[in-house]
Amino acid sequence: MIEWINVILQGVLVGGLYAMFAAGLSLIFGVMRLVNIAHGDLIVLAAYIALVVTQTLGIGPLAALIVVVPAMAVIGYALQWFVLNRTLGDDLLPPLLVTFGLSVIIQNGLLTLSTADSVKLQAGAIEVATMRLAEGVYVGMLPLLQFAVAVGVIAGLQWIFYRTALGRAFRATADDPAIAQLMGLDNRHVFALAMALSLAVVAIAGVFLAVRANFDPSQGPARLIFGFEAVIIGGLGSLWGTLAGGLILGVAQAVGAHLNPGWQILAGHVAFLAVLAVRPQGLFPKVRA
Amino acid sequence: MGVRVAFGDRASAVGVLLCALAVVALATAPAWGGRDDLQLLSEMYAYVALASLWNLLAGYAGLVSVGQQAYVGLGAYILFGFAILVGISPLWSIPLAGLIAAAVSIPVAFLVFRLRGHYFAIGTWIVAEVFRLIASQISVLGGGSGTSLPAAIVIAMAPTRQLRDDVIYWIALGLAVAVLTLVVLLLRSRYGLALKAMRDSELAASCSGVDVNRTKMLVYVVTAFATATVGALIFLQKLRISPDAAFSVNDWTAFVIFITVIGGIGRIEGPIIGTIVFFVLRQTLADLGTIYLMMLGLVAILVMLAAPKGIWGLIVARFGWQLFPLERRVLFEKRSGARK
Repeated sequence: MIEWINVILQGVLVGGLYAMFAAGLSLIFGVMRLVNIAHGDLIVLAAYIALVVTQTLGIGPLAALIVVVPAMAVIGYALQWFVLNRTLGDDLLPPLLVTFGLSVIIQNGLLTLSTADSVKLQAGAIEVATMRLAEGVYVGMLPLLQFAVAVGVIAGLQWIFYRTALGRAFRATADDPAIAQLMGLDNRHVFALAMALSLAVVAIAGVFLAVRANFDPSQGPARLIFGFEAVIIGGLGSLWGTLAGGLILGVAQAVGAHLNPGWQILAGHVAFLAVLAVRPQGLFPKVRA
Repeated sequence: MGVRVAFGDRASAVGVLLCALAVVALATAPAWGGRDDLQLLSEMYAYVALASLWNLLAGYAGLVSVGQQAYVGLGAYILFGFAILVGISPLWSIPLAGLIAAAVSIPVAFLVFRLRGHYFAIGTWIVAEVFRLIASQISVLGGGSGTSLPAAIVIAMAPTRQLRDDVIYWIALGLAVAVLTLVVLLLRSRYGLALKAMRDSELAASCSGVDVNRTKMLVYVVTAFATATVGALIFLQKLRISPDAAFSVNDWTAFVIFITVIGGIGRIEGPIIGTIVFFVLRQTLADLGTIYLMMLGLVAILVMLAAPKGIWGLIVARFGWQLFPLERRVLFEKRSGARK
């Protein structure tokens, strides 16, 4: 019993990370109907930038966020402004293909600059600190912090979307780009800001990924798939649903891994396919009047 | 005055004749080519076939899949499974692999068709990942590290290595020609008309009586069949299989998409041109390793942004050439013994 409580607790805490992978993906799709195939590779890119920052400045991974988050946001703005804005339109192939190409470029670029060997960020004492919840049930401080940050990120995005002028611009452009433009919004700028925000979230996710486990340049596609699964399980268009989707995916993987180490990823995919078969709109779809 | 409906014109007749001559010339390759040449050409035929099939899915049916490696790998695993576990000759297993993959693709289609557009793309990828993870759990076929085709089975296929290479080469050429023919015939049929109508407007097509879901399903299943057949052949030539190689997203989807887009998506000729360009680049630049792959990604992005119709699209716009025209043209002709 205690064993299973631990398994599920670990799954929930990892699920927070998956929700962060998913939030950036879901944000971009919501605003401009673009699925960024390079999303996972950008997460890994953020992890490598964090690695370079911690090594050159001699600061810890969490402090490195101060540099990595703005850096990724700038990359996101530029990427959208110079490349992706040209691909938007009725045809879904150009954005798909261009982000696919980008994914190949980032993966191989990282392989060229770094190596295929996996690396890890060291966060110091917090990595081994644990907290006792009950007899035999312990949680690590780092996974707990990661989970709290994930909830904070989702809450922050929710606030931006529904309480700020920027969020209003996002929603207006998503609803009707032509009318939004007539109302004085520059869609290209709005899209670029959305991508900047998405990659700022990616930066946070990337740093926590790098602290949690080893990473290498080939890991991007799997992160994209986890994020995507969380979005679909949770239901399109709902940020809190995305968090729930991440948790469900995390728990499914943890349970699968506990049954047989070879089943970890497979169990997550099976959970995704089951939701798709039974409830294709996701568990918590946004219902709008 | 009579009225006739035709696809071709004089230019396309010449083109088809040249293609037929090229196929005959290529069929004699075992007589003049070395072992490396045959392998390279076979690989090119496999890519022409895979790219033509992806082109049919994405360029005509609007089903942008990034998970066709699921069927390449499935075909390959079925071939190895039959050969090693059941003892069926690999050559017979090639069509069997196609049939079984087609059967598997039907329930898969019911799942992934619930996703639209970009989400469909990533959904197909996840299905391929599921196949890969399941394959790595099959311990009799080597699990995660894979296995080789036992020597006895390879020798039983054809007594000498020379003959074996030749047979596989001819099958590869035959498959590529068969896939191209299949795609052209399908697109010239009623289904082709339905597909083009759907591509331009799904709503208008369904209002005109096209069963959109059924047509998409047909294309998906036919493509799965042919993709698995090609996959089985590719790994019969390699003689070794592993989950990572058989279900590789880079080898069987990324490269295939780049080939189709560079050559010209939505054109029969595109995959052929794209394959030639891809292999020329690979033969000259492959030593650069990761830099080569980055250049490939960059070229694909630039083509998509600057010339989204690809190389063959530029040729059509400039010269109006088409080897395999798909548009119906109405011809008015005077008959000599004119009945009123």
